[in-house]
Amino acid sequence: MIPTTEQRAEIEANKKRYEELKAAGQGQAPRALPPPTARDGAPIAESAVLARETIPGGWYWTTRLERGDALRIVNRSGNACVSLLAWSSADPSERLNHADTIKVQWAASLRKGRVILSDMGRVLFSIIEDTCGAHDTLAGGSNAATNKAHYGNVATRNTRDNFILAASKLGLDRRDVMPCISFFAPVSVDAAGRFAWDAGRRSAGDFIDLRAEMDVLVALSNCPHPLDPATVYAPQPVDIICHVAAPAGADDLCRTASAEAIRAFENNARLSNRVAR
Amino acid sequence: MTKPSIPANAGIVLDCAIAATTPWSAILRKGQTIRIVDSHGQQAVDTLFYRADDLQERYSGQDTLRAQSSAYISTGSEIISNEGRVMLRVVADTCGLHDTSAGACSCESNTVRFGHATKYLHACRENFLIEAARYGLSKRDIVPNLNFFMNVPIDPTGNFTVVDGVSKPGDYVELVAEMDVLCLISNCPQINNPCNGFFPTPIQVVIYQAAEG
Repeated sequence: MIPTTEQRAEIEANKKRYEELKAAGQGQAPRALPPPTARDGAPIAESAVLARETIPGGWYWTTRLERGDALRIVNRSGNACVSLLAWSSADPSERLNHADTIKVQWAASLRKGRVILSDMGRVLFSIIEDTCGAHDTLAGGSNAATNKAHYGNVATRNTRDNFILAASKLGLDRRDVMPCISFFAPVSVDAAGRFAWDAGRRSAGDFIDLRAEMDVLVALSNCPHPLDPATVYAPQPVDIICHVAAPAGADDLCRTASAEAIRAFENNARLSNRVAR
Repeated sequence: MTKPSIPANAGIVLDCAIAATTPWSAILRKGQTIRIVDSHGQQAVDTLFYRADDLQERYSGQDTLRAQSSAYISTGSEIISNEGRVMLRVVADTCGLHDTSAGACSCESNTVRFGHATKYLHACRENFLIEAARYGLSKRDIVPNLNFFMNVPIDPTGNFTVVDGVSKPGDYVELVAEMDVLCLISNCPQINNPCNGFFPTPIQVVIYQAAEG
């Protein structure tokens, strides 16, 4: 199709606009993301702890977090993988969107300083601490069939079923179970597009802290990742600490890490018709 | 533009153009083939599938990628549902590279990506919502989709970028249905990045039944 003169002008205008947007986005130099949190770093004061939970290997857990609450997930053994779903408490049709999370931030990899976005252009969580940096956004969780293929005819639990159970206990259902993000899942994409698993990228004692940026419903599934090459089903427990985090101030790392993060936080502020604070 | 030929003895069920920036849907019966043609090149085609007799069973990009253990869609890819079943198979692809990790554009994500001034521009999710509503589906049912003809390389460090499309005029992808499926398409209206060459164009869809034996 050959554009008309008028259409060609429109294309040029769109391109020019893209270049301007790109310049605006990149001109505001993205802050260099910090190194991973030290495994003995970021202690939580006992007075800040709201709740503790241990999720047995293979099980799931649900909770509600208020804006400003944080969730620490501790990979006690180093071999566990924890998959996350989340929905806005106020309107659960607003939910975690892994595709927007990675597309908007130009990165399939999550680490300290990144945010996790909803489908409505708002921030669900800030990753305020993370010792590991090996998390999977691309390949999802296990189901009964992947477990059977991996482990044979043994009794196992899987993430698909866990999420249906978890959603049900939050007043949601199967329709509300969308693609997930999995922590402590060292999946990468090689030059040929193949997935690779590098167990060396996670260690015993790894943890990640997610600070809720709106009131959220949370479902966690603690099941081995479907690309984990281990052929024996031996899911390990993980420890959860809910705690009160310092609120995201104007110079907050996650809030200011990129032009995109700044705009997503601005959308959060508009949700409540309040100025950013 | 080269128009790819459908086998002469095939039964054409439907052959239609989808105007630039618009939604479309149809039921594809088990055994039928859908050919999606990028008529003018560099046009992203956002696509979702639902099991026709149980719309809660739907396309899952993550399961699709996990099952093939690689990050892009091409010939040989099995399109997997959230219940782990094969919905369709990709049997032909003249382009070679399709994305399923970047999802659809929406008014809301556009504000984050391209600035608040882009909020009131047409977007794929608007198309999906309007088309899905005809089947009783809502935003809860709209999950991250397939992006045929969209080029989104992921590098080993995790960098993830929508770059210029590589599809040429007339490039096509063909999928054979392994179950009856509802197919939703948004002929992507995005003008803020290179996925449509900044100029959304019409595409063509052909559904046909291959001749027996």
